Amino acid sequence: MTDKSTISREQLADTFRQFIDPAFVISDDETMRPYECDGLAMYREQPMLVVLPETVAHVQRVMCICHEHNIPVVARGAGTGLCAGAMPHKDGVVLSLARFDRILEIDPLARTARLQPGVRNLAISEEAAQYGLYYGPDPSSQIACSIGGNVAENAGGVHCLKYGLTVHNILSVEMITAEGDRVTLGSDGLDSGGMDLLALITGSEGLLGVVTEVKVKLLPKPEVAQVIIAGFDSIEKAGDAVGGIISHGIIPGGLEMMDSHAIIATDDFCHAGYPREAKALLLCEVDGTEEEVQQHISEAEAVFRKLGATSIRTSQSEEERALLWKGRKSAFPAVGRISPDYYCMDGTIPRRHLARVLLEMEKMSEESGLRVANVFHAGDGNLHPLILFDANVPGELESAEAFGSRILELCVEVGGCITGEHGVGVEKIRQMAVQFNDNELQQFHDIKAAFDPTGMLNPGKGVPTLRFCQEYRSIEHKQHKHEQVDASHG
Amino acid sequence: MADQIQQLQEQVLQARSNGQALNIVGGGTKSFMGRPASPDAGTLSLTGHTGIVEYHPVELVLTVRAGTPLKDIETALAEHGQCLHFEPPRFGDGSTIGGILACNLSGPARPWSGSVRDQVLGVRLLNGKGEHLRFGGQVLKNVAGYDVSRLQAGAMGTLGVITEISLKVMPKPATTVTLMQDMALDEVIHYMNQRAGEPKPITGACWVDGKVYLRLAGAHSAVEATAEKWSGEVMAQGDQFWQQVRDQQHDFFKDSAAPLWRFSVGSAAAMPALEGPWLLDWAGAQRWYRGEATLSDLEPLARAAGGQVSLFRGGDRTGEVMHAQPEPLKTIQRRVKNSFDPDGLFNPGRLYSWL
Repeated sequence: MTDKSTISREQLADTFRQFIDPAFVISDDETMRPYECDGLAMYREQPMLVVLPETVAHVQRVMCICHEHNIPVVARGAGTGLCAGAMPHKDGVVLSLARFDRILEIDPLARTARLQPGVRNLAISEEAAQYGLYYGPDPSSQIACSIGGNVAENAGGVHCLKYGLTVHNILSVEMITAEGDRVTLGSDGLDSGGMDLLALITGSEGLLGVVTEVKVKLLPKPEVAQVIIAGFDSIEKAGDAVGGIISHGIIPGGLEMMDSHAIIATDDFCHAGYPREAKALLLCEVDGTEEEVQQHISEAEAVFRKLGATSIRTSQSEEERALLWKGRKSAFPAVGRISPDYYCMDGTIPRRHLARVLLEMEKMSEESGLRVANVFHAGDGNLHPLILFDANVPGELESAEAFGSRILELCVEVGGCITGEHGVGVEKIRQMAVQFNDNELQQFHDIKAAFDPTGMLNPGKGVPTLRFCQEYRSIEHKQHKHEQVDASHG
Repeated sequence: MADQIQQLQEQVLQARSNGQALNIVGGGTKSFMGRPASPDAGTLSLTGHTGIVEYHPVELVLTVRAGTPLKDIETALAEHGQCLHFEPPRFGDGSTIGGILACNLSGPARPWSGSVRDQVLGVRLLNGKGEHLRFGGQVLKNVAGYDVSRLQAGAMGTLGVITEISLKVMPKPATTVTLMQDMALDEVIHYMNQRAGEPKPITGACWVDGKVYLRLAGAHSAVEATAEKWSGEVMAQGDQFWQQVRDQQHDFFKDSAAPLWRFSVGSAAAMPALEGPWLLDWAGAQRWYRGEATLSDLEPLARAAGGQVSLFRGGDRTGEVMHAQPEPLKTIQRRVKNSFDPDGLFNPGRLYSWL
């Protein structure tokens, strides 16, 4: 309980059990354990209570009760998030939406799907496939992650350059406000009058409301997709090839890059037949009509050849396409095999700075003594450096975190941002002070207060307090400056 | 090409200390939209705050000052074979990019290419305290902080003075073909939605005066092959047709003095029972209606079609012109407004009488 809360754990649990099946009001430590963290397990906290309501009316009642007693609420989807955004508050309630797992309606003519928030991302496309439709955003966790969580994080995936993020692919959400009102943001239309609160909610990490229903757009499944893998003997050349494709006027469905560490690790893991000697590998998927794909594939091959590709292979069947993607898609487990632990970062940079950023990252890697493998959504500039470490070696976790911080700050320095799709949560809250100044952060706090005047929704996440920022900037940053000066002197 | 941020900031601070509201004006081509500008407010003009700040064609990102005219932007993009693929309408020569974002205006390609709201990556704005703030950025993927940039789309300048905008730009399609055929209104919604559900390079679906118009755009081979498969006659003046629909220069918009209503509804929803001239765009998701009516009469029809209605042009603009908001959302929007503009300086009453 916070200072102002007026109810004990058992009293609160009893209150919930009056309208929610007691099996779904969890207050014992053992059963609460799986809720201690999300996909970023290095941050953990035990909540006061976990509750799994079954109806929207119950969610609304839970919110009203928590509001009345000033109890923090942390909404939780599938728990696959990578920024500790769903980490519990020790005095608060974890509100799991896991039981809201039904696809309520698919309208094939209008190309929309109405979903409960706990529906898995991939389940949408699986259900829509019978109509020749699919849902665009495809985060790596799509087998498990839920659409409600996707809204909270504005999830992306490998097809964002062409098909957009969650914010581009939803029509409306129903949500319960901090004060317990049930409201709909957006509509079946492509826009609504007034302020775009739907955009504001998307990516707001559970700080502004609890989403209880989502209506998404569905896209017609492309007739054909083919993928080219092109190896290069330097990162610079691969980077130029990305620019070359886009300058040529082709917008690939997916455009991914891996560095040599990632190539070897993924090829060992799933034998995709990647060019193991390459310093960088591009995966370029072209989709569309048969005629279009044929035309663009031959043009893309020519561009890669001209820009110095050392190897080119184009998928000739769906099986081959799946195999070539398999390596990229299993990058995380593949790296997990070569290191006891890894820490996945998520900065975005303007692509023209790629070579500089990777070079500086290599320097940081040498300085910290930790290896780093890079997978990169090259089309949209979203980097996922995987820092390899061993949590059992004293100090390595801290080194990995410090290394990660430096990478994110470098992303800001070159004009990018600290998180492309994983969110801020607890993990990147310190770097928010590097990305934004105090006035900007204050504006975020004021927006939060407009939705949640008492600050009960996911407190302590997303936006740092100004006092914290000032301390962080003065201490941590000074240290970095010194390190940089030392390095340049050395 | 000039950076007038300092003057703009001073004007805001001055207005704040005088307690005087400000009407934010770009090219002044959209003064007919929203509720009337407050006669007691001063004017804050963005027309001198112009110029491209950064443009990297390979990054597909453009950063411009908000007062930059659309035509200057399009000229710069065309040099690199690129365009604003949300097809911003222009209701006059001086149309600026800031006004397009504030009014959230997008053209016929909107269901396929996204809206200006979809393509905005970052903004800088002056809030009501005169602070010059930066949100979002110049990269396509960015989830740091709340999405203040997209919040500006449609807020009609009520939250701050947008001073700079970063946008995603795209390559111009290599080929465009427009197919036209006769079709009755009661068949066309099904037809347009069915076509939009096919994996073909469609970028426009419009119906007016008993004819349906479909636009195909993209790789030459794909456009040609689809045009052969689909029915309809290839239109010689296709581009001109879409431009007239985009800019409201088509006869439908010019012929009558009756108020123009905009229905933003489910694309496949049945037509509202409302006799009168209609123009359907966005495969049915944007429907224009001309006729004498009141907002409160039309709202239930729009709701039944899953969406909203607004009085776009003409008619009585002293009442509300936007679809009514439920009380909890009114409260939140008032508080959001207050968080940006605590003294209520910017465009008072322009969006809603209560904001």
